Amino acid sequence: MSKVLENLLYSKSHEWCLVEGGVAKVGITDYAQDSLGTVVYLEVGEPGDEVKQFEEFGAVESVKAASDLLAPVSGEIIEVNEEVLDNPELLNSDPYGSWIVKIKLSDEKELDNLLDANGYREIVE
Amino acid sequence: MKKTILYDEHCRRGARMVEFAGYLMPLVYTGIAEEHAAVRESSGLFDVSHMGEIRIRGKDANRFVNHLLTCLVPEDGKGRMFYGFLLDDDGGVVDDLMVYVFDGDDYLLVVNAANKDKDFAWINSHKGAFEVSVSDESDLFSQLALQGPLSREVLGRLTDYPLDELKLFGFDHFRIAGKEFMVSRSGYTGEDGFEIYGSNADILALFRELAEEPEVSLCGLGCRDTLRFEAAMPLYGHEIGPEINPLAAGLGFAVNLEKDFIGSEALKKIKAEGPKERIVALELKDRGIAREGYEVVADGETIGRITTGYLLPGRETALAFALVRAEFSEIGTEVAVRIRRNLVPAVVRNRKFLKKKYIR
Repeated sequence: MSKVLENLLYSKSHEWCLVEGGVAKVGITDYAQDSLGTVVYLEVGEPGDEVKQFEEFGAVESVKAASDLLAPVSGEIIEVNEEVLDNPELLNSDPYGSWIVKIKLSDEKELDNLLDANGYREIVE
Repeated sequence: MKKTILYDEHCRRGARMVEFAGYLMPLVYTGIAEEHAAVRESSGLFDVSHMGEIRIRGKDANRFVNHLLTCLVPEDGKGRMFYGFLLDDDGGVVDDLMVYVFDGDDYLLVVNAANKDKDFAWINSHKGAFEVSVSDESDLFSQLALQGPLSREVLGRLTDYPLDELKLFGFDHFRIAGKEFMVSRSGYTGEDGFEIYGSNADILALFRELAEEPEVSLCGLGCRDTLRFEAAMPLYGHEIGPEINPLAAGLGFAVNLEKDFIGSEALKKIKAEGPKERIVALELKDRGIAREGYEVVADGETIGRITTGYLLPGRETALAFALVRAEFSEIGTEVAVRIRRNLVPAVVRNRKFLKKKYIR
């Protein structure tokens, strides 16, 4: 059974986000890391890049395949987690502790398009 | 959807199952990287019961298999196996396969699961005046592959047969754990190992026995592909296929142009003119993984595409096979691979990703 945390918002494509002060930390869910298997490579844009909700902002790759990362919110990437970039297997060992990018939200109303923990639990169970 | 006799074992032992060639097969047990390492360092056990088996028997069987296959299959080759291709008239690959010589008038073709029905129809359609019988025996056999440097030691515990007398591409029939099997010293990993054929019930019993051996890891199709790739072995539909002939793929060792076979005229012409495209090995010079289908670029234009690519366990740089225009196939040629938004530099290199340790 994969873990779903109460305080996060989720996309159907298995990204999580934690919003504080207009900035979203974004990562992949426990379900996502378990489905992928060991993550061997992570690629994301750079600070300053604009991303759109539910559009690709990078990719996460297991030995077997590459999967797109979709931004749960629109906005500007303001920080990339270099530690996770250099050690992508952290996404497996601690998916909710390993944010990938911080995005400065351009439209808080978009958060209504995301799932809460209960809603996300329904699609992964 | 078909299941092998081992389906329940795979599920009970925690494999992630996936559809492959019409069968539900284990993709991964514990992790592709762990299973890959187990085969390189110890021993891995694979269910390969989905493979197709086609038997060709009769007075003209030797002439017929030599008419069908690119490799020379000797009439007195009993107990040996050979790698070859079925080609179409243009030299395109219908399938690649192993042929086991049971006797001068009796051969077993072990073919790709996804191609089995096509192959069977193809072989029958070329029978002509050859006095042979062709039968699909795929449902009679199940098959295991035990691969890796400790496989000989593991198998030796369960049989009295002198395994050291069985060399690469040799096979025999003998008892393991009290049941009769056909065993070849062969595989698809680049390691020493065995491919074991038996009745469905006997293979189920043997799988359970081998799975208990401490050196043995259960393996899925995920690492089967990374292992064969690292060993520079082709996979049908990737490095060979209707549009990629054996010479373009660099597999001329399995083609004997001194005999006539279906497609031999076309191959002679291709050999004389040189293939227009070639399969090359690439090593990426920067971060990124070249995946199947990605474009290969040189001088600002697309000159080919990736056929298989991985960042293999334990390696720093990604490796790939690509089909490129022949003028870009020299070792040392600098190209680039389009990975999402980026052009990642890569260089054509030799195919020796792995030092093989076969028992010859």
